[in-house]
Amino acid sequence: MNPILSICGVSKIYGPQCSECLDSRAVLKGAACRRCGSVIACSDVCFDLYDGEVLGIVGESGSGKSTLLKLLYFEEAVTSGSMHLRLDMAQLGEIPGFDVALDGEENLFLMNPFQKRMLRNRLMGMVYQSPHLGLKMNISTGGNIGERLIMAGCRSVAKMRKRASSLLERTEVPSSRMDEPPRNFSGGMQQRVQIARALSVNPRLLFLDEPTTGLDLSVQARVLDLIKSLQQELGLTTIVVSHDLGIIKHLTTRTMVMKDGRVVEAGLTDQVLEDPQHEFTQLLVNSTL
Amino acid sequence: MLELENLSKQFIMHHLGGKTIVGFKNISLRVPPGCSLGISGPSGSGKSSVLKCIYRTYLSTSGNIWYRSDRFGSVNLARAELNVVGMIRELEMGSITQFLKVIPRVSALDIVAAPLVMAGLEKTEADRRAAVLLERLGIPRILFDAYPATFSGGEQQRVNIARAVIKAPRLLILDEPTASLDRWTTKVVLQILRELRQKGTTMIGVFHQPDILKEFGDEIFTMPSREH
Repeated sequence: MNPILSICGVSKIYGPQCSECLDSRAVLKGAACRRCGSVIACSDVCFDLYDGEVLGIVGESGSGKSTLLKLLYFEEAVTSGSMHLRLDMAQLGEIPGFDVALDGEENLFLMNPFQKRMLRNRLMGMVYQSPHLGLKMNISTGGNIGERLIMAGCRSVAKMRKRASSLLERTEVPSSRMDEPPRNFSGGMQQRVQIARALSVNPRLLFLDEPTTGLDLSVQARVLDLIKSLQQELGLTTIVVSHDLGIIKHLTTRTMVMKDGRVVEAGLTDQVLEDPQHEFTQLLVNSTL
Repeated sequence: MLELENLSKQFIMHHLGGKTIVGFKNISLRVPPGCSLGISGPSGSGKSSVLKCIYRTYLSTSGNIWYRSDRFGSVNLARAELNVVGMIRELEMGSITQFLKVIPRVSALDIVAAPLVMAGLEKTEADRRAAVLLERLGIPRILFDAYPATFSGGEQQRVNIARAVIKAPRLLILDEPTASLDRWTTKVVLQILRELRQKGTTMIGVFHQPDILKEFGDEIFTMPSREH
């Protein structure tokens, strides 16, 4: 059995960089290099993800977990590292104009910006903590979803409207409000629209960056239940970033713990929560209310 | 089917300045296919920890846990790749713990039927079998659609048992499944376990009451007392 996503040696350094901070074992001052002051956002991150798996990434603010998602979503360029995707092309269908074989051989970080955009538009979905990052607040909700469909090559307005309305139904946003802009909606509804937008192109990889942080408890529970049922229904391979261990426990089967840009622990979620090995994970688990 | 070789577990408590706490030391035992092994020993001798190591909720410090998997052949559960352990859990293992980990906002019936649905059975048939099992365990019909988070301890434990046994797993791990059950329900549970054994399920379990332990196990393993 092969993983569908393999991440190896992924690092992201902001600043001048020196020989010391490129070494993943170097002693840091917080997340900064002692010699040149560069900030090590991610250092030598490696993991494999299998089809349909849900991986959780936990850590404090500033541990590099959101940066890692941005790297995988091609929103920022990596300093070093590789990303390999193995997909069944027969099942996937042809992507017009996309000429990179997704057979696990190619390092996808080396693709040109056009190829990266195509891959992202066709195969990935992202839900951000802040709906302002994921949605255009002033254009209609249907337009927000349609925009992604256009980027993925759809040209029929009727088809786009139909798809948008069925997705909104599925994510429990009344499709009668499709022509209103998301700024009219509550926080929970905006997150639902983001989820609908992310799923519109039938992605194979779903990235969730603190998807329910800032929502009140009952709304958070309903959004989490929606994510969970969609994930199971569609068999989506998913990465969830959160600082909330309850969310990680609810959604994921495997968990990685990050601190100062490094992965300090990785394991099955129940093992990480019940038998944490690293000092920082123990602190995190003992800190839950 | 299952063989533990010199298995040890230590906990390192970083907030206590790296203090080491011994869970258990050098345990070796065997469970042949289709047999049931009961584990006895005083509280704190590490019985539950042994079970948690087998399920990989705990990482073993040293030693091996050999399990003969249907799909992967011989696997050392103490060291196997995470995705392999994950798949074995899903396809071949059942686990009943002392405390129910309630899945929030899912009805009792759906919790119990879920393993069958995941295995590809039709939802209505899965629901029917789940209802029969819950009824047998004495859960009133009116509670089938309620969320077990609001149930009593004994009711939660029965839901937990039903979920673990509904699919007749290849290996069943039981950690005091009858701790909060009355006499009558305990008898029903033991009867269900006997039927599972006839279907070929291998079992390893901890029970507190000696008479139940005897009734459950073909063999009894006694935990060595802890050195201090």
